[in-house]
Amino acid sequence: MIEMQDVWKTYPDGTHALRGITVTINRNEFVYIVGPSGAGKSTFMKLIYREERPTKGQLFVNGFNLEKLRQRKIPYLRRNIGVVFQDYRLLPRMTAAENVAFAMEVIEAPRKLIKKRTMEVLELVGLKDRADAYPNQMSGGEQQRVAIARAIVNNPSVIIADEPTGNLDPETSWGIMRLLEEINFRGTTIVMATHNREIVNTMRKRVIAIEKGVIVRDEVRGEYGYED
Amino acid sequence: MNTAMKISTVARHLREGGRSVFRNGWMSFASASAISISLFILGVFLLLTFNINQWARDVENQVEISIFLELDATPEQINLLHTEIAALEEVSKVRFIPKDEGLELLKERIGEDGALLLEGFEGDENPLPDAFTVEVYEPRQVSAAAEKILELDRKRGEPLIWRINYGQGTIEMLFKITDVIRIVGIALVAGLAFTAMFLIANTIKLTIVARRREIGIMKLVGATNSFIRWPFFIEGALLGLIGSVIPVVVLLAGYDQLVKASRLEMTVLLIRMIPVSEVAPKVAGLLIGIGLLIGVWGSLISIRKFLKV
Repeated sequence: MIEMQDVWKTYPDGTHALRGITVTINRNEFVYIVGPSGAGKSTFMKLIYREERPTKGQLFVNGFNLEKLRQRKIPYLRRNIGVVFQDYRLLPRMTAAENVAFAMEVIEAPRKLIKKRTMEVLELVGLKDRADAYPNQMSGGEQQRVAIARAIVNNPSVIIADEPTGNLDPETSWGIMRLLEEINFRGTTIVMATHNREIVNTMRKRVIAIEKGVIVRDEVRGEYGYED
Repeated sequence: MNTAMKISTVARHLREGGRSVFRNGWMSFASASAISISLFILGVFLLLTFNINQWARDVENQVEISIFLELDATPEQINLLHTEIAALEEVSKVRFIPKDEGLELLKERIGEDGALLLEGFEGDENPLPDAFTVEVYEPRQVSAAAEKILELDRKRGEPLIWRINYGQGTIEMLFKITDVIRIVGIALVAGLAFTAMFLIANTIKLTIVARRREIGIMKLVGATNSFIRWPFFIEGALLGLIGSVIPVVVLLAGYDQLVKASRLEMTVLLIRMIPVSEVAPKVAGLLIGIGLLIGVWGSLISIRKFLKV
């Protein structure tokens, strides 16, 4: 599913964000990426949906060889990857339903299917009755649910979540985590970068710790392992 | 764009493009106005050029070569010269005008009063020489043809042609003037179109900056570049269309009035203004076409850089 072979990433300013990452993430896994700020977690995630290119090394995602992937083909890679961010990244002028439908318009899905599927995923994230609300009328947790609905609406095989609970209070965070777990149960791989010790230690999953651009720990049902 | 676009997608692009024309209110207004003004001036030039060309063509078509023969030319020699001239490739028509007919023509031209003066010059008293009038296919070849005719005559040793006349100098001048008008018009219009294009590019850039986040999100969910590009494309085309329809309407209405009001004066000056119905398709087609081109081009240059990321 996701395979990295000695992947390096050096930014133009000379920062070595990743220094020889080798890892395999299989279908249907739920993986936490942990580590101090600036350790390379975000870069690791960006490589997967091809916002950044590796400087060196091999990288396969969903059968795409990202080393050889042409610029024009990037959209097709991304259609199989759902992304969720700490700051939700919703379109402010669109309602919850429109934000979700938007991801389907982009891939030119039939109009009828868009309507049906949008309502389906909104129901799944528990926001069916908030379909017509605009982002500024929703709480952080609700906005993140919309973002997750948008990420899964096209049935991607992977969800990349970069600190999805970073801006949420503990109770709301748990709601989001249960939702992600539910999505994972339905067969979607989840790769989630997080600083949330409590979540990692309670909802036990595979933990990959990155420090200074290197994987220092990779455990099945691991712990957070940092003192915050 | 390798697969056919769905109708719902086309509708979406049109809607988005139209929306952002309104959203950018003042900038849209400014760039459509810039196009309008440029195209208006271009239109004035077009109408001017069309009319001058028409006038030049009229004048050119009246251009002919008059050849006056020596008085002692024999009918055989005249016949031979006639065939030789008719054989030249530039020549479309040769007409022999015997001196009697020449006299009649002269009488007609100077009118009744003058005709009295010419009384008594008929028959053997006729002082006029026999003549040819020669028409050419291409007005611009008139001096070359005249030159060839003289050449023919010189080779004979004993010249038959007494004088040749084709408005030497005047014709060349006329061609030079129409050329200058054409060049100045093109240069002016190119400059204006360029300015308008940059204004459009700026307007579109504004849309892009305003929608930068949105574009980023579109890319994250897997939108292709062409999907992102289309609404901007349409926005540019709409600005171009709005900016060109206005001057077309104003120009043609104004021109129609002008033609109606000045018909009498112009006829006196022997200038025939082209009727509106004849210029309308050309002017409208050209202006709207150029307007669309400017709009689309403007939007292209502003998104190109942006989509590279």
